[in-house]
Amino acid sequence: MEYEPVIGLEVHAQMLTYTKIFCGCSTTFGESPNSETCPVCQGMPGVLPVLNKKVVEFAMKMSLATSCRINPECVFARKNYFYPDLPKGYQISQYALPLAEFGFVDIELDGGKKRIGITRIHMEEDAGKLIHDEHNPSSYVDLNRTGVPLIEIVSEPDMRSAEEAAAYLRRLHEILVYLEVCDGNMEQGSFRCDANVSLRPRGTEAFGTRAELKNMNSFRNVQRALEYEIKRQQYVLESGGQVVQETRLWDDTQGVTHSMRGKEEAHDYRYFPDPDLVPIAVSDAWIEEIRGTLPELPLEKRERFAREYGIPAYDAGVLTASRALADYYEAVVRLSGKPKAASNWVMGDILRFLNEDRRGIRDCPITPESLAEMIALIEDGTISGKMAKEVVEEMYRSGKPPRTVIEEKGLVQITDESALVSTIESVMAANPAQLEQFRSGKDKVFGFFVGQVMKATQGKANPQLVNDLLKKMLPGA
Amino acid sequence: MTVLAEETMELCERTIHELQQIIRDGGASSTDIVASVFGRIDAIEKSVHAYITLLKEDAFREAARADEEIRKGDIRPLTGIPIALKDIYCTRGIPTTCGSRILQNFVAPYDATIVEKLREAGAVFTGKTNMDEFAMGSSTETSWFGVTKNPWDLDRIPGGSSGGSAAAVAADMCIASLGSDTGGSIRQPAALCGVVGLKPTYGRVSRFGLVAFASSLDQIGPFTKDVEDCAIMLNAIAGYDPRESTSVPEDVPDYRQFLGRDIRGWKVGIPKEYFIEGIDPEVESLVRQAVRVVEGLGAEIVPVSLPHTGYCLAVYYIIAPAEASSNLARYDGVKYGYRNLDGRDLLEMYKKTRSQGFGAEVKRRIMIGTYVLSAGYYDAYYKKASQVRALIRRDFDEAFRSCDVILTPTTPTPAFRIGEKTDDPLQMYLSDVFTISTNLAGIPGISVPCGYTTTGLPVGVQFLAGHFQEAKLLQFASAYEAGADFQKRRPNL
Repeated sequence: MEYEPVIGLEVHAQMLTYTKIFCGCSTTFGESPNSETCPVCQGMPGVLPVLNKKVVEFAMKMSLATSCRINPECVFARKNYFYPDLPKGYQISQYALPLAEFGFVDIELDGGKKRIGITRIHMEEDAGKLIHDEHNPSSYVDLNRTGVPLIEIVSEPDMRSAEEAAAYLRRLHEILVYLEVCDGNMEQGSFRCDANVSLRPRGTEAFGTRAELKNMNSFRNVQRALEYEIKRQQYVLESGGQVVQETRLWDDTQGVTHSMRGKEEAHDYRYFPDPDLVPIAVSDAWIEEIRGTLPELPLEKRERFAREYGIPAYDAGVLTASRALADYYEAVVRLSGKPKAASNWVMGDILRFLNEDRRGIRDCPITPESLAEMIALIEDGTISGKMAKEVVEEMYRSGKPPRTVIEEKGLVQITDESALVSTIESVMAANPAQLEQFRSGKDKVFGFFVGQVMKATQGKANPQLVNDLLKKMLPGA
Repeated sequence: MTVLAEETMELCERTIHELQQIIRDGGASSTDIVASVFGRIDAIEKSVHAYITLLKEDAFREAARADEEIRKGDIRPLTGIPIALKDIYCTRGIPTTCGSRILQNFVAPYDATIVEKLREAGAVFTGKTNMDEFAMGSSTETSWFGVTKNPWDLDRIPGGSSGGSAAAVAADMCIASLGSDTGGSIRQPAALCGVVGLKPTYGRVSRFGLVAFASSLDQIGPFTKDVEDCAIMLNAIAGYDPRESTSVPEDVPDYRQFLGRDIRGWKVGIPKEYFIEGIDPEVESLVRQAVRVVEGLGAEIVPVSLPHTGYCLAVYYIIAPAEASSNLARYDGVKYGYRNLDGRDLLEMYKKTRSQGFGAEVKRRIMIGTYVLSAGYYDAYYKKASQVRALIRRDFDEAFRSCDVILTPTTPTPAFRIGEKTDDPLQMYLSDVFTISTNLAGIPGISVPCGYTTTGLPVGVQFLAGHFQEAKLLQFASAYEAGADFQKRRPNL
């Protein structure tokens, strides 16, 4: 029998606010344990949460960018369970009334676009972290992460392959980072993903029993884990077995998923509205205000770049991979008026330099102004395209503007006809034998003279001009 | 029982407003007042046991500071006045036990908002008073630190959960005190100890730093010797707090300005559902007498109906335990407070810590609360109770369309004997039958003494008003107090 995978993803994205969701503590990552805590996020008796409005606004941005409907009123609820990294004994989350629902994103596949539904987006606080002492039977609790704001984005079970799931995940990631509401760092856990996957006979409607996959901290691992899990479930079904509803952990080194035994007993989280927080009313005016702050989203930008700048779709994709890169490219286009040349330089040399140095476009030593100026210098013939390669490398190394680099290196192209005429004359005088060969009809020697002139000018002569002049000056040419 | 003549009164027997005058006139210093209060504490605390923690040294130091301020002419509303705090407010550097073993050694690194406010108003703290464990109880018998006795009869309970705060005021072991009221925990002990107790509107006084029992019901309020002191205390603690999301940014008037005005023409609602079978005949007769007093003051008595009254107790004993089960989850032995070290793993540590750290009543309510929130039961219990709660609130909104205040008994009986109801939780819960609706509706309520039983036990009458109508409530209570036709007594200790 042929099976069809059914996949839904739950993504947790850390909101890029300076302070935590319910207290004034910093959200800085990597500080010494428990240094970024206060009585509120430590779960002391008697303290109370106060909502960070920025979190709501960031979450609204993501909701609008994924075409969700924002509920006019949403409510925080308590999710109750005991664990040492959860100091209050409950996590403040949203349950019956989330911030936003009924959204979607479009993903691009080889066969075109596909729409993936978003069930809901809600806000919640992160838990702390347990640190286990390897040499002692002791565990320690670091509450720095406790109360860090998260949004959870729950998809519909709309994905049918690991590739689709990975494409959806990349899409969410790209939008979050574009919106500047999440730094998207998967290694530090700012962007985390759990996957629900089940199989059903192709052509049937009913869902099979699903497994929940956790512990996949890269796009590649999400795809690998899903591919493995699909094969595993297929094997179970084909050998007459049944898939067990359970949580499975992805093991990166072995490339398999393991059942998370012992923790799979159904939790009853006893959700109820948190009486310490009032319902959040979201007015239409507020929604419109936030909508007004939304940047152009990656997919729209990609399409516009291809259309407006006449560049291939692939190039548009590369240039819009991040908002900063797209902004850089557009600045160069605006200043130079040469979209294609700008695209070639940014995608070619600039990205190569940055990738080699593992730097982002924000750290690029060449400003859009400098790059645009360099493109203009090529256009007006001041330097040749070949020289430009050298110039741009030096600009990247030193951060100096192109004119300075050209002057320092003495790279200005010789376009002065009279200067070249005298150079050609002396080259002809110095090479009577070759001149004789040329006269006797050996056209091949023409190239020799071009080379000699270029050599005499240390490569600065405008090659086109040298060609033209030689044609005029060589006897019988 | 004897009625003390004015001239023989000790400083500790005075009210806040009397002491303010005495301080201003130079008749006594804060140190004198604190000495008088601690003199009383030294003499009778052994028999009453109103306090968990006494702050004698701190109090004298604060009194000296107050006297310095007084000399400089810096006299604030509570400068130099000895105030007792229920041991449910977090106090920086001073233990906060909440009457529980599980918080026996807990010292908060912060002050509750009301503690800060009282400090700013110049108060001197005498100590932290005894209470039912986590405010769960109506008799102060569930405290890990032993029962508080009713100053009027040491064989009887002072009411609860703020029994220590009520007894301390009644026995002059402080001038005024603060309690918290989730279902009657201020008004019920105030009635049983013969003092004034106010539960303000939900959101009027910040809960920040109040150890939570049931967050949607908890409210902080004062115990005082008379209504004027009650207004002074409310002035000091009321107001919006940006640290508390349910605190309301509503203006705080000077509540004192409403005192002494008449209540002629006011409509006083008498809900028939509050004069029911099971109410002690002496209590009923004293409350009926109070009705005649307000009538005599020119108020008009109107019958009102609060049809969902019969559901209040049931709704309360779903919502309060549900919230409590979650609020008390943080006491897990991991971060602070009591931890049992015998467990072999995490789960055992949790179980042993919580089994031994909490008392029977707290555990009973955690279990009830956990049950009513459980999958499959949530809709039938918590959700349904929340819906009925909305109806109870609507009952009051409707009733206040036809009256200014509502008058009811505060409690169905006077103080009962220690141990009388400890084995029968349902009987115990019934002692809050008249006070619980107020918390469910979020409205303010005050209990004022209205006389004594033949055996000399105090009885209280309760007045209720609409949301944020504390001014009205205090005006009415002060008029009643002035017109009441019984002689005020003091407990004979």
